[in-house]
Amino acid sequence: MAFVSPGFRGRRSEQRGGGLIPPGQHLVDDFPVLSAGPTPETPLDEWDFTVVDEAGATAARWTWDELRALPAEQPTVDIHCVTSWSKLGTAWEGVSVDTLLDDVETSADFAVAFCDGDYTTNLPLEDLIDGRAWVVWGYEGDPLEPEHGGPARLLVPHLYFWKSAKWLRGLRLTDEDEPGFWEGLGYHNYGDPWREQRYWGD
Amino acid sequence: MVATLDETPTVRTLSLRVPDWPGHLPGQHVDIRLTAPDGYTAQRGYSIATPANGERIDVTVERLEDGEVSPYLNGELVVGDQIELRGPIGGYFVWEPSRGGPVLLVAGGTGVVPLMAMVRERARRASTVPVRLLLSARTFADLVYRDELDRLAAADDGFSVTYALTRGAPAGWTGHRRRVDEAMLAEIAWPVEAGAQTFVCGSTPFVEAVTSGLVALGHPAASIRTERYGAAGAS
Amino acid sequence: MTSDPHYLDGNALGGLLGEVFAADLTTATATCAGCGSVAPVAVMHVYVDAPGAVGRCATCGIVHVRVVQSAERTWLDLRGIRALEMPRLPPPTSPPRP
Repeated sequence: MAFVSPGFRGRRSEQRGGGLIPPGQHLVDDFPVLSAGPTPETPLDEWDFTVVDEAGATAARWTWDELRALPAEQPTVDIHCVTSWSKLGTAWEGVSVDTLLDDVETSADFAVAFCDGDYTTNLPLEDLIDGRAWVVWGYEGDPLEPEHGGPARLLVPHLYFWKSAKWLRGLRLTDEDEPGFWEGLGYHNYGDPWREQRYWGD
Repeated sequence: MVATLDETPTVRTLSLRVPDWPGHLPGQHVDIRLTAPDGYTAQRGYSIATPANGERIDVTVERLEDGEVSPYLNGELVVGDQIELRGPIGGYFVWEPSRGGPVLLVAGGTGVVPLMAMVRERARRASTVPVRLLLSARTFADLVYRDELDRLAAADDGFSVTYALTRGAPAGWTGHRRRVDEAMLAEIAWPVEAGAQTFVCGSTPFVEAVTSGLVALGHPAASIRTERYGAAGAS
Repeated sequence: MTSDPHYLDGNALGGLLGEVFAADLTTATATCAGCGSVAPVAVMHVYVDAPGAVGRCATCGIVHVRVVQSAERTWLDLRGIRALEMPRLPPPTSPPRP
């Protein structure tokens, strides 16, 4: 029998009834900060968001002010981190990725989200559209804090939260699937929390 | 676990008997892993507070309010319970008397734990290598091992200890009453020409501040070894 | 590099690397594949609050090592270290000659 520490539960709060959480997850009251490096600090007047098409051309670009002028939504979603914590009903503000891709002509099937600090994550393009993803700059009514990915991060709540890339600077559309920072080292290429797709081979 | 000792209201030393323990060097640590009945695991590193002593190792644990592991180790575990650990780990942040000196040890809060293993080994071997310890803590009650440190310093010309309290001092306090800064380091550190080995342990911000202070005073960065405990208050 | 309050030293990877390599790597010296600086593994800036652990060069910040562990498997990427140098273990002592 594997070793068990009697009475150990960790920091996990009691499971609340009502909201469904995926298998192997538990609810938390705080908002854990997970980071693979120092918090980037790009000044807003040097910041931009670009969409790069599969030929490598800049298909669309917004400065910070231009991005903030786009029609904004306030999605309230459940988020699930692969390290097993989940938060229900988190409130965000940002622009739908559908809006960002409105004028972009592409036949690409995949995308890579790229960020300050060199983090990347890959997704099928269809998981970024049809109301499934946003680029967000607000959390719970306040500007998104740097430690949580501010000024702007990707929000893709139907996949594990490592796909909701922090310090987002753009989307690169690709014909081939290109595994990102964690997908290239053991984390599942797709990452559906409801099928517990945490690691390669899951 | 074979014994416990409460060092302060929030800090407890756990004495562990580890069958087939291979021994360790002062400054090394162990990783302790806890497993809940449903398989959930959490793991943290803890410095060993005592020099090698057969199967016996002591770890000193501060209970953090929002800690994952420390509330269990310092609060739930009782004598007779078993825990899983691996080690000893870390050949870099170690010192024992044969490595010579002089030595400067700078500790923030429970960062004193691995440095205490070094101090205790030095005392056990009746070494005369000169060692100075600067221990910073929030309040008088947070000075872990204070009695033992005072006794060792009183009995031994080669070992001295200086305290700094950052959040209030008792009446008659003769130690420092502020955060460790360059001026305080200038008073306590060995002269640069002495070529001292320095070991700094505590929260990451504490280690950063002390290291840059010593470097600003002219001490070579390569002579300073650090063990960071993460953000202030993190386990 | 920005100063961040939450990274640790390479000591923090000592247990994990020791498990994978059956050796203490914290005293091994690593040559950075990015800037060429040489330093003990113990000096790396290590981020453990992530889906995996990441160790970065203390001089230039590039990723030296990434580690992901599930309950059963470890994945390791050391490409950010161009060369790793460590002392060899002494050979096992042979029995005394008669």
